[in-house]
Amino acid sequence: MYTQALDTHGKEPLPAGAGSSAALAQRFQERIDVEEKIEPKSWMPDAYRQTLIRQISQHAHSEIVGMLPEGNWITRAPTLRRKAVLIAKVQDEGGHGMYLYSAAETLGIARAEMIEQLLSGAARYSSIFNYPTLTWADVGAIGWLVDGAAIMNQIPICRCSYGPYARAMVRICKEESFHQRQGFEIMLTLAQGSAAQRAMAQDALQRWWWPSIMMFGPSDADSKHTAQSMRWKIKRFSNDELRQKFIDITVPQAQFLGLTIPDPALRWDEAAQHYLIGPIDWNEFHAVLAGHGPCNHERLEARRAAHEAGRWVREAAAAHAAKERSRQPQAA
Amino acid sequence: MSAAGAAPQQPEASSRAAHFRYVLRLGDTSLVLGQRLGEWVGHAPALEEDLGLANLALDLIGQARLFLTYAGELEGRGRDEDALAFLRDAPEFTNLTLAEQPNGDFGHTVVRQWLIDCWQLEIYEALLASTDARLAAIAAKALKETRYHHRFSSGWLMRLGDGTDESHARVQRSLDSLWRFTSELFAPDDVDERMRAAGIAPALAEPSSRWSSRVDEDLAAATLVRPAAAPYPWHGRRGVHTEHLSHMLSEMQHLQRTYPGARW
Repeated sequence: MYTQALDTHGKEPLPAGAGSSAALAQRFQERIDVEEKIEPKSWMPDAYRQTLIRQISQHAHSEIVGMLPEGNWITRAPTLRRKAVLIAKVQDEGGHGMYLYSAAETLGIARAEMIEQLLSGAARYSSIFNYPTLTWADVGAIGWLVDGAAIMNQIPICRCSYGPYARAMVRICKEESFHQRQGFEIMLTLAQGSAAQRAMAQDALQRWWWPSIMMFGPSDADSKHTAQSMRWKIKRFSNDELRQKFIDITVPQAQFLGLTIPDPALRWDEAAQHYLIGPIDWNEFHAVLAGHGPCNHERLEARRAAHEAGRWVREAAAAHAAKERSRQPQAA
Repeated sequence: MSAAGAAPQQPEASSRAAHFRYVLRLGDTSLVLGQRLGEWVGHAPALEEDLGLANLALDLIGQARLFLTYAGELEGRGRDEDALAFLRDAPEFTNLTLAEQPNGDFGHTVVRQWLIDCWQLEIYEALLASTDARLAAIAAKALKETRYHHRFSSGWLMRLGDGTDESHARVQRSLDSLWRFTSELFAPDDVDERMRAAGIAPALAEPSSRWSSRVDEDLAAATLVRPAAAPYPWHGRRGVHTEHLSHMLSEMQHLQRTYPGARW
């Protein structure tokens, strides 16, 4: 999972071209303009490198933190099939985190350093995971809406100018689209189920709709780095374009489910050929981003607790590996 | 090899009932252990171990589904995998008591996993020769998975046992604490005897001694000490459990119990 909003927060990148010769910078931009992939050993402006490190590592952190809300229901999944599918899904997210950390490492940063940034609060992860999973329907809603929004964001990244990121995204997108269908199928089963199950599905849509809409980040007018990221072909569409695409696809799906989207202003605009939504509560978005969402505290604490509780294990593995290395020459 | 003679023997109505019970036991152990491993997902010491533990959980839940579906068919009362998993209470569960023990720290989980991996390796291997072709086929699939599980668990047993003073002490403590549940692993009862007589299940003497050798070998590599025998006869396979199981089930069965008859 990933959010478009990620590339708009955190430290400011250096201005393009700083510390590099104009000729190199021009050649770099020409390669991007003709859709050539930039590879780890290619020359690149430092600002491009830093932007990618920030975006890819935040994307990786989102996958890892994203394991928590859904993992919350593994032990309570209602059937063995649902349990197996959910474990596999959460495991996929861990796998995405792993490819993404590896992709970021090709830019010259170690995974340990990125994890340190996550745990210290210096790095961000997608705000969507700061919302709680209160019922089983939330597992369906996350797959349907959150993964659905993530796919909108991620498909264009398969064509990102940076080769390792683009290639990681190809596999991730395939898995995400599978997750999205699984989530929708959970919602469909609930929507066709008992009155209590339908109420559960509606309640989940109620709580996840607006946070999902906000996953696309601030509107274009307020998005600081869109223009540069677009020139570098890290980003291909603006936040608002992707958000609209998501809305247009998702509204008919909600109608098919017989669920009501919690937006009294929502309407079909015949002239624009789009669904138009009511105003987004950006105060909520910024509050959650600033650490004041319902689960910011729990999510970070859970990651820190796992890291701390695992320290002795990682130390043991390192000590054993060192002993093995020291034994080898004697055995030879 | 038999456990203490005071154990209550439940007479089986027929060999079909024993057959049901035998397959159910295998399924329950996989299910309960898989459920425990599911608790880890998202909280492991490193990302690789998160993926590894999730993999083990997935395999075990998959095994449970095959065993429980088959058990339901043998029973012939229309219970499917979910009816068996979610609508039985603790005394009807027939898993090894070892499988239901809480996760503890990562080392504790590794020791529990390793002891059961070693057990499953022998049981599944022996079941390849079962006269029950379906059971043999499930065992063949499960055996491949269990070989990987054992690589994971014995690998970590070695790293932790041989790693630091702290890791060695922790994992030895876990071994000392969990060892007592191993008395149940190869203690045959009337169900095992009937299945052995029918050629469906193996005699347990040989798997037991092979288990013991493998355990010694892995412990030596991990520089750990095999604890003394613990004579208490556990009977999880007959539905007599530790206090932990019913807590686990109340969580696992929550939705099915709260919304009876709902489809999910």
